[in-house]
Amino acid sequence: MQKNIMIVGVGGQGTLLASRILGNLLTSRGYDVKVSEVHGMSQRGGSVVTYVKYGDKIYSPIIDKGEADIILAFERLEALRALPYLKEGGVMIVNDRAVDPMPVITGAAVYPEGILEELAKHAKLTALDALALAEGVGSGKAVNVVLIGVLAKNTDIPKEEWEKTIRETVPPKFLEINLAAFEKGYAQ
Amino acid sequence: MKKLLLGNAAVARGAYEAGVKVVSSYPGTPSTEITENMVQYENLHVEWAPNEKVAAEVAIGASIRGARAMSCMKHVGLNVMADPIFTVSYIGATGGLVFCVADDPGMHSSQNEQDSRHYAKAAKIPMLEPSDSAECKEFTKMAFAISEEYDTPVFIRLSTRVSHSQSLVELCEPEEVSLKPYEKNIPKHVMMPAMAKGRHVVVEERTKKLLALAETDTFNKIENNGSRIGVITSGVSYEYAKEALGDSVNYLKLGMVYPLPEKLILDFAKNVDTLWCIEELDPVFEEHIRALGVAVKGKEYFTLLGEYSQNMIREAVAGVKLPSIAPADIPARPPVMCAGCPHRGTFYVLKKLGVTVSGDIGCYTLGAVAPLQAVDTTICMGASVSAAHGMSCAGGEETNKKLVSVIGDSTFIHSGITGLIDIVYNKGNNTVIILDNSITGMTGHQDNPTTGKTIRGEATKQVNLLALCRAVGVERVRVEDPFDLVGFEKAVKEELAADEPSVIIAQRPCALLKGVKYSGYCAVDSDACRGCKMCMKLGCPAISFKDGKAVIDRNQCNGCSLCTSVCHFGAIRKEEK
Repeated sequence: MQKNIMIVGVGGQGTLLASRILGNLLTSRGYDVKVSEVHGMSQRGGSVVTYVKYGDKIYSPIIDKGEADIILAFERLEALRALPYLKEGGVMIVNDRAVDPMPVITGAAVYPEGILEELAKHAKLTALDALALAEGVGSGKAVNVVLIGVLAKNTDIPKEEWEKTIRETVPPKFLEINLAAFEKGYAQ
Repeated sequence: MKKLLLGNAAVARGAYEAGVKVVSSYPGTPSTEITENMVQYENLHVEWAPNEKVAAEVAIGASIRGARAMSCMKHVGLNVMADPIFTVSYIGATGGLVFCVADDPGMHSSQNEQDSRHYAKAAKIPMLEPSDSAECKEFTKMAFAISEEYDTPVFIRLSTRVSHSQSLVELCEPEEVSLKPYEKNIPKHVMMPAMAKGRHVVVEERTKKLLALAETDTFNKIENNGSRIGVITSGVSYEYAKEALGDSVNYLKLGMVYPLPEKLILDFAKNVDTLWCIEELDPVFEEHIRALGVAVKGKEYFTLLGEYSQNMIREAVAGVKLPSIAPADIPARPPVMCAGCPHRGTFYVLKKLGVTVSGDIGCYTLGAVAPLQAVDTTICMGASVSAAHGMSCAGGEETNKKLVSVIGDSTFIHSGITGLIDIVYNKGNNTVIILDNSITGMTGHQDNPTTGKTIRGEATKQVNLLALCRAVGVERVRVEDPFDLVGFEKAVKEELAADEPSVIIAQRPCALLKGVKYSGYCAVDSDACRGCKMCMKLGCPAISFKDGKAVIDRNQCNGCSLCTSVCHFGAIRKEEK
């Protein structure tokens, strides 16, 4: 058994906490786990990708084109960029939000229209306004945990185990908000 | 207990378990977290050195004094420390001496993709290459042991994917390693010609012994799956190959990549019909295998460029192509200077003045990307200062009056100061702008000699950049705020006009530093906005242009307010949260 999950977004969007929760959860379940991310220049507002792989035995730390079971996208354009990595018919969870990249800001390129429609052609798509849901429970910063909630729903790992890991991973001060954010995502 | 650890954190853990006493490094992606992770361990000395050469020499000194010591660097950092490395190969190691170098195939955050394995051969230093975090820890421990047993420094070679991926590691208790007594040993420790000649003999003998070690299965392992196809590989390429080909081929996994085991390779090759060599970057193994008279498939199927992946190997070796959805033609998302970045003010002014900018290594290299496109050259750490001097020497006054160097605080200490001394000494009159953002930014906020804090966060003496520049003979040194666009522009013009060398210290902290808080955020009054796009020239990721007007994304804006000072119509205002 092997599952491949990709988390994509824009540098600075807080994809790191999502991968930490996943890594901790999967390790506690006794899987072999690899979590891979790139640090340095690409983190400065560029496209960022984290690979999370788990199963009986994991070799490559990266996910290649056509290999992802699930893609968790923090931004629409990044979801589209990652689409070739999804297995045909795989699960795509998208925060329905646009962050203009610099070529769009300078007018050298245009932000594509109809991204969700394109994604839906190939993927089992869940698109949601995670920012609104996170703000609804008290903090826009909980976007990542809302998305984790949607992800949880798409796996066969019991909900209680996700909640337990969140309790163990986030600081107590933000626990209430994060559990509420998880619940919002899980209910999607 | 098994723990999910970054490859870099696992190297740190290995060093700790091996009883390392001194670790000295200069930050550099993808190696930085090794040294950062040493901080969690007590009873050892860990430090950021001003550059890799100093760091290596600190480790060498510690080894001579009898302690286990390590220095960690990125591949290009190895160039900086090459001088002591080649000679310490002759000196050997009293306390175990390990140099951990992280290559960056694909150049995620580097200016070239050199292959560090060449250094091992050139300096005659054994090199180990782990392929996951568990091996990172184990190989680091073994590196210290080999270092002492064979009286040699040892390289550990990582690559971005090994450094920056987490996998499971079994944690052990640290060894008790006591300091060896100091022995004065002139023939071994004083590398002047007469002694070095003797030591070179020892080095060649040592390589033979290490070759014998390489022939055992300590590091280099054969996996015989009964196939007629063989794959020789190492590091993360082994993981890619296993994922792609599973047990359908035989493997020779090289954990020691210098010296290479000749007998083992010949034995492995003998039992297969087709031999593949899968190695990222240069054909180091392949050329060695060919020299042994063995036919091997390698770089004619695999690229010399960038990273490999399981799909590449599947296609080349197994002829299998995974189905995948065709990529759409979509806008790229290159890295940019953050909202609120202090460098933005500097580059805005330099672009406006149309000067040539001799650039350097750091976040501010991003001053070369659109829309600012202000940077003309980037070579290596410190080159902004010395290369500008060279440009001036070649192009004369005409060049010199329209030329500045930009260099970060940490990079200036690393190797910019020597270039500045060169300018002063050789009667140049260049203008150098030190971008003092109070931290080493690009590698993720490390302290340095100008921040007044050690790696452990303890207060220490702080290099006074202003006094330092004056001390080397620059009389025109001034501190300016890069967000005061009018004042900054005036300062650059005045210093360019001056007939002597000058330094402008552009002082404003990195917007991502914890203590940096601007209140509120900026907003565009769309009635007042004339759509002139002046604010767009800043290249701020929070500002975009929709329906003929500028728009500021509140979620991205950090309230720095630089944009308010470029708007001629007062259309951008600060709003409180």
